[in-house]
Amino acid sequence: MRDRGSAFLMAPALAWLAGLMVVPCALVLALAFFRRGLYGGIDWTFTLENLALVFDPLYGGILLNSARIAGLVALIAAVAGYAAAFAIVSRPRHWQPVLLFLAVLPFWSNYLIRTYAWIVLLNREGLIVQAARWLGRDGALPQMLYTEGAVIAGLVYAYLPFVILACYAPLSRLPRDLAEASRDLGGSGFTTFRRITLPLTLPGLAVGAVFVFVLSVGNFVTPALLGGGQFQMVGTLVYAQFLTAGDWPFGAALAMVLMAVMMLLLVAQTWVAERGTGGRRDA
Amino acid sequence: MPPFRTLGAAATLVLGLGGSAAAQTLVISNWDGYMAPDAVATFTAQTGIPAELVLHATNEEIMGKLIASGGRGYDVVFVSSPFAEILNTLGLAEPLDHAKIPNLANLYPEARALEHDPGNVFSVPYAWGTTGLCYRADLVPEAPDSWADLLSPDEALRGRTTMLATDRWLLAAGLLARGWSVNETDPDKLAQVRDDLIAAKRTLLAYDDTTFYAKLVSGEAALVQAWDGWCNYAIAESDAVRYVIPKEGSDLWVDTMVILKQSANKEAAHAFVNWMLDADNHRWAAENILYKVPNAPAMAALDAELIEAFPNMGITPAELLSYEQLRDVGEAQRAYSRTVTEIMAAQ
Repeated sequence: MRDRGSAFLMAPALAWLAGLMVVPCALVLALAFFRRGLYGGIDWTFTLENLALVFDPLYGGILLNSARIAGLVALIAAVAGYAAAFAIVSRPRHWQPVLLFLAVLPFWSNYLIRTYAWIVLLNREGLIVQAARWLGRDGALPQMLYTEGAVIAGLVYAYLPFVILACYAPLSRLPRDLAEASRDLGGSGFTTFRRITLPLTLPGLAVGAVFVFVLSVGNFVTPALLGGGQFQMVGTLVYAQFLTAGDWPFGAALAMVLMAVMMLLLVAQTWVAERGTGGRRDA
Repeated sequence: MPPFRTLGAAATLVLGLGGSAAAQTLVISNWDGYMAPDAVATFTAQTGIPAELVLHATNEEIMGKLIASGGRGYDVVFVSSPFAEILNTLGLAEPLDHAKIPNLANLYPEARALEHDPGNVFSVPYAWGTTGLCYRADLVPEAPDSWADLLSPDEALRGRTTMLATDRWLLAAGLLARGWSVNETDPDKLAQVRDDLIAAKRTLLAYDDTTFYAKLVSGEAALVQAWDGWCNYAIAESDAVRYVIPKEGSDLWVDTMVILKQSANKEAAHAFVNWMLDADNHRWAAENILYKVPNAPAMAALDAELIEAFPNMGITPAELLSYEQLRDVGEAQRAYSRTVTEIMAAQ
């Protein structure tokens, strides 16, 4: 009875996902197995060429480079986000919602506008250069906008709140007496963090980091705007196949490989999470 | 549009659905801002033909839709000439009935003999121009006059130049610099151009198709690859901006109007093309978006001051025709796409 009730409650969401996400995605991904027509149409002959082409050194290289950039972004966001969540949890209880609210505040504005704000900040006559000049730094600063650093900074900024939120929940639920017990038994602050706090909150951190990685690796707006179109990431490449090169089958093949990588990561993250809760039970 | 008029239009549409009136609504696809905001309304008021404007952001976007639908759903589309050629190759373009477009007589003779479609069999040119160098005279050590000035810039200009990212124009810069055809398909020559453009990439500020003129006005960039019409937007805002066609030449780009074979409103579609070729209607584009139009009486009616302020508006049809048009390169388009990806992926 209860099962039927919950199935009934889940039906709208499942129908929505199946009809409006799974089916269209499957349709697009199916294109990966067909030839591209000369002028952007589909030639309905079965082929594995598109998938093979993904692993061509040129495109495989772009995939690896995207993974490297997204990995760096996830690492920086994980460290900074965890630290921020830790800081928020150590504030008095009534302050925490306010601080969390401030952390997610940027989400209230449009992604494009937030990215454009970085252009205003980083460009040759931008706020940073002007501030440096005002502080008395003479001479030209190195180019900041349209560099890989700008792309990384923009992505970290955009997705940092995800890590903060993902880490805040387990950190705030962590019973204080565990840390106290550790200290009573002679554990230093660092040992307590390393052996108690971090392992118990690792699942949250993993969720946050994987989220950031997955969102960064497929992003095409930030590399285009902050990278000045000079950094080819796999998101940009997929976008180009569908919107400029007119090669939908290859775009679909790239998307398929990208999705497979993301699924693997999500599975790995779930595994970390399972292990984490298992650990808690043992404790 | 005030809400009550929207309601009125919606009501008309609903009432008309049962009859043949709805089928007669002309669907035109164009780039945003590429014709007068009231062009469609004026056309309807003057001809009684209901018409609707839809927008596309890029040639590839409208081509994707047309190929997917077999050319259904649109009556008139604005596309660049290589794409008009493709529509014709795919059998999606309607052969034009010149008797229904008397205003074709307004076109310059040169505009009726364009390489991609001599005699305007399936396309009518709407705007045309060149691709060259747009620069800040006060920021460059000396006035550029060659594609080499962009591809291997002076030390002072490193990190202050931009190039177009659209595949055909990016490659055109490299091909022209070496004195080759902008439609070159030889793999060795493309590889050479790729290497040249990768070397050029290391000196660039960015690739930019849409905001390069703003970068020039702000001084962030000093020298950019630009379409002449877009350079005019920078000239409008800064006295120091100049446009030059490099000595190795330019491409001749032509944006065209094409009627779809699947159109159920071919009479009305021809009427629209004819209306657009009217000297006064066509002049709007020259005066407001500062693109040259291939319409002789429209250009003759331009204010002399406009041409003085924007010298590239004065490029003659004869000079335009001395440059090679970008053509559909067929199967070689894949090699073009790959070459551009190789350039973009290079560090």
